[in-house]
Amino acid sequence: MNLILFYVFGLLAIAAAVFMLATKNVLYAAFGLLITLLSVAAIFILLYADFVAIAQLMIYIGGVLILVLFSVMLSNQVQGQPVQSESINRFSGLLTAGALLAGLAYLILSADYLFPSETSLASTSNTKTSIITIGIRLITNFALPFEVASLILLIALMGAAFISTEEKHD
Amino acid sequence: MTNIPLIPVLLLGAVLFCLGLLAVITKRHAIVVLMGIELIFNAANLNLVAFNRHQPNLMQGQVFSLFVMVIAAAESAVALAIILKVYAYFKTINLDQIRTETDE
Repeated sequence: MNLILFYVFGLLAIAAAVFMLATKNVLYAAFGLLITLLSVAAIFILLYADFVAIAQLMIYIGGVLILVLFSVMLSNQVQGQPVQSESINRFSGLLTAGALLAGLAYLILSADYLFPSETSLASTSNTKTSIITIGIRLITNFALPFEVASLILLIALMGAAFISTEEKHD
Repeated sequence: MTNIPLIPVLLLGAVLFCLGLLAVITKRHAIVVLMGIELIFNAANLNLVAFNRHQPNLMQGQVFSLFVMVIAAAESAVALAIILKVYAYFKTINLDQIRTETDE
């Protein structure tokens, strides 16, 4: 059951990403990205990462995608016409990405994993939620990265506000 | 409830990464390039979460993927502010047009 759901959402994610590449309309590309992000959130839940899935929903879909949609609307040159984005370098781009994908797939399929087998995994990780452990880790083992991340968020907020304010013309 | 094996998740991450790279290479609209970067971040997160299941007590993978999301949010906020500024200056966000205008 889990495996079927995983394949459904994986194919949905790939199909939406391909649609994002194929379409010329930037707004449709944003909606394709929305479907991809939702499918990846579903796959996070299937991988027992419930908190990461919720964070994905709130940060990516609630934050980043809304930002993208707003900037698409704000940077619309021609009123009443859809925002177009043509693609160039089709052949070399496909060549690069295809070669990288072939290399990665070869590496993934031929690698020697030093992990316990999948059957021993089942007993350890599918009962409790991950939120408790993540919360404890964030204030013990990962306290310094946590603080640095909050600093980075503050700096990014100030930087974005500073960049996007209108200059005063004296 | 069967567990999802590791290899398909890693392959899905690789495919999403390459599609994001393709968007960055081929698209000339600055916002679509940013969307490709978001796709690449998501592929990286998928790998981190997939490997996390093999060390569930430490939760390093999930915590690291949360940090990746924080960086992605900060990056996209700053980048979209820059894009809006560039659009106000050049009246276009086509990357090739901006380059030819700055070359002159």
